[in-house]
Amino acid sequence: MAEVDGQHKSHGMGLHEEQLTGRTQQIFFSPEESDNFLYPESFEVDLDNKAEFDAGDMEISAINLKIRALMQAGHGHIVVKNPLAKHSLGVGILNRLKLEFEGSLGYFGCGLIDGPNVTVHGRVGWSFAENMMAGVAVVEKNAGSTFGAAIRGGDLVCKGDVGSRTGIDQKGGTVIVGGRSGAFSGFMMQRGRMIILGDAGINLGDSMYDGTIYVGGKIESLGVDAVPGEISDLEADWIERKLSAHGLSAPNGVKSLQKIVAGKKLWNYDNLEPTEKKIVL
Amino acid sequence: MSENKTDVDYFINKSGLDSEREKEIGQHIGYRYDVNLLPDYSLLTPFLKKYMETMGWDDLNWLEDIHLGYEENRPAVFDRNINGWVSVPENLELPDNQQERDMIARELLIKFQMSPRHPMIDLNKAYRKF
Repeated sequence: MAEVDGQHKSHGMGLHEEQLTGRTQQIFFSPEESDNFLYPESFEVDLDNKAEFDAGDMEISAINLKIRALMQAGHGHIVVKNPLAKHSLGVGILNRLKLEFEGSLGYFGCGLIDGPNVTVHGRVGWSFAENMMAGVAVVEKNAGSTFGAAIRGGDLVCKGDVGSRTGIDQKGGTVIVGGRSGAFSGFMMQRGRMIILGDAGINLGDSMYDGTIYVGGKIESLGVDAVPGEISDLEADWIERKLSAHGLSAPNGVKSLQKIVAGKKLWNYDNLEPTEKKIVL
Repeated sequence: MSENKTDVDYFINKSGLDSEREKEIGQHIGYRYDVNLLPDYSLLTPFLKKYMETMGWDDLNWLEDIHLGYEENRPAVFDRNINGWVSVPENLELPDNQQERDMIARELLIKFQMSPRHPMIDLNKAYRKF
């Protein structure tokens, strides 16, 4: 193992003198903060300033760097032609931007995005928009497994069907599936919302800790600790609003959606040990 | 969130350590606010409307998951970018309902995250690769 160097940048920043008690960082909001809407180091872009390029003969990293260079030049609307199902395209964009892919993406497309509005006029492979933080990502056709894995915020929409483990480890945001979703959708969900307008596969919401899942079609089976809930008027309005923003609607009306929440039997911090947990479930 | 906490100031005025386990370890267990509470869009502030417009979004987007919570007994907002709580100024008068408090929390968090004094700015300078 490499020796830890005392000259590392983190020493200069004081990170090694800081007391990390694990309880508080003692950070306070300042009333003098100015009204900024964008990250200080984000690119100034104009959403009406459009650029497009053909990615057919380009390597993955060259495509991503080209997107970055166009943003740097002030383009706020970028169209990527012929993505040819290449992997890891459109990742790590921390900027407001309209980004379109005219074709399909491979795996891990648009991961770690924070802000852009992305449209894929095709299909996507595994783990599209994993760890998405903010923005809107819409897939016009079908998506592979682990769609929106560990998503933390924003709207992620697939207008077709998706594979298994949709929104695995979801920590926020909204995942919308226009068609069917495979097995173990909402697995280990911690918060956020998932709307599946078609059928859901086996073990829906397995081991979910919190969050909400709405299903318009048939649920093959619920997972461990996933239980039915009741839709409130506030939720019904919110779902209606969210679906209409993406040109979607619930098959038999919003009120007919099935709501699934955490049964919180796995919230066993108080007394239960792992062996006792098995008895409860 | 504890089910019996209907008082919006419960975690400001009380320790919130209710169960035996919480008393034993001296820490609260679980969320101290309703993480599933959806925003009431009739309470949108002009600042938030302008933010949505700037970003090109029809709704609050990631801010739908932002609520006013608590650090110890102080009202605070969780900033996922620093994985920590940011406390609300003491002199800020809070409304008497969670929905309006959440709107304030969203405004404060945007201003903090987009500020040049945000801790991520230093980390970015130190570690960014390109």
